[in-house]
Amino acid sequence: MSLLTVENIRAGYGDVDILNGVQMRVDRGEIVVIIGPNGAGKSTVMKTIFGLVKVREGRIVFEDKEITNLRPDQVVRAGLCYVPQEKNVFPTLTVEENLEMGAFIRNDDFSKELQKVYELFPAMYEKRRQPAGALSGGQRQMVAMGRALMLDPRLILLDEPTAGLAPAIVDLMFDNIQKINGLGVSILMVEQNAKQALAMSHRGYVLATGRNRFEDTGRNLLANREVAEMFLGG
Amino acid sequence: MAEFLQLTVYGIVLGSIISLGAIGLSLVYGILRFPHFAHGDLITLGAYLAFVLVTTMGAPVLVALPVGVAGTALAAVAIDQVLYRRLRRVAPVILLISSVGVALILRSAIQLIWGPSNQVYATGIQFPYRFAGVNIKPDHLIIVGGTILLVVALHLFLQKTKVGKAMRAMSDNADLAQVTGIRVNSIIIWTWIIGGGLAAAAGIFLGMDTRLHPVMGWRILLPVFAAAILGGIGRPYGAIIGGLAIGLAQEYSTTVISPSYKPAVAFALMVLMLIVRPTGLFAGRKV
Repeated sequence: MSLLTVENIRAGYGDVDILNGVQMRVDRGEIVVIIGPNGAGKSTVMKTIFGLVKVREGRIVFEDKEITNLRPDQVVRAGLCYVPQEKNVFPTLTVEENLEMGAFIRNDDFSKELQKVYELFPAMYEKRRQPAGALSGGQRQMVAMGRALMLDPRLILLDEPTAGLAPAIVDLMFDNIQKINGLGVSILMVEQNAKQALAMSHRGYVLATGRNRFEDTGRNLLANREVAEMFLGG
Repeated sequence: MAEFLQLTVYGIVLGSIISLGAIGLSLVYGILRFPHFAHGDLITLGAYLAFVLVTTMGAPVLVALPVGVAGTALAAVAIDQVLYRRLRRVAPVILLISSVGVALILRSAIQLIWGPSNQVYATGIQFPYRFAGVNIKPDHLIIVGGTILLVVALHLFLQKTKVGKAMRAMSDNADLAQVTGIRVNSIIIWTWIIGGGLAAAAGIFLGMDTRLHPVMGWRILLPVFAAAILGGIGRPYGAIIGGLAIGLAQEYSTTVISPSYKPAVAFALMVLMLIVRPTGLFAGRKV
């Protein structure tokens, strides 16, 4: 039984369809990566799941509940969190306020989750009173992930979590993603660092022009010569 | 020296009134991304709603104030939910133009109900206190004290409450606020409650300091805009400083030029700011 199923969706902006029949699933505990060339519709898949792009055909099911075309705050309530690419913190809010915003829909005590995030990212605890805008790119990414964790979600969508980061920080970020996965949170991410991402993912999808091109385990996709030629730089 | 101090007193009183208007304008701009041209007429509406209580029940202005504030906040929310809400997805310039329409509707309605002539909350002369040759009227103390109280309350709201923090978050990045699960529409409603309420307080204070007239708010809109831009539009704290700066500049200017040019002083400062530092003193958004 899959956690998330994306069934044959067609979606896009205005009159233009970006996705032309994408199929996808994420099982419990999995890390799943989406790779593909620019314009393939990778980020659009995430935005569509999250209700930011209108689905014209097909459906999206999360834990037996249809979430097709729900409002973003309703998707969040279903147990799904989304970390957009870049500009994913509130710069004038402190680190702690950013995390509190992650728990906005909760009216109960979330100090346990807050503590869990600080244990995962001890550096964030030290900087909790600083405005998030003053942090480095890698630290901002941690705040953004921490914010997503505040709801104790079953699935997190990460849109290019390593975009614009220095190589040393990229490794750290992939470690962090595995740590989050170790907490029992499934992960669906879009990544440009395809090799590294495939190596750590259970499964992967290769998208091209809004369609599924390949679908396999991370290891098999890495070994696939056609995928290698197309996206992994030989 | 006494004249300078006297102008400083007037400047702080006027600056307090302008600040209250500019805070709301700045909040609305930060969250909804359009300059709200009907803000001046919300100021007028607040003044007249309080006037109803003062004339019909003989209530003191300070008792009428909360009613004027609540009524104006309600009107602002209603205007938003009936009109602006339908225009959320269109270009900001459409919202701007529709707010000019709202301004005209409000002003005409006020004129229709309460007439085109001047009105006052209280007749007769208030005897001022005198300190070292400087006159301070009791109303001045109420205006400045009331403004300080409201600003402190706003500060606590923005820094300590969940809704206040969400307002700052939405002003930072509305798209991110949406995907974080923040209920965008309820935050917008809160923005109008606070923006409309503070505008009403500005109007009531303006009515206490001078008199009521259907275009009182429209006339003060220019200095209010100047204050918001000076402080960095979208930054409510900047709007407070901007308001005081504009108020003081307008009063000091009367020593060199005719008082009828006061609005021109605000306008000149606004243009100067836009040329020299378009983001405002406190680095708000580019206008």
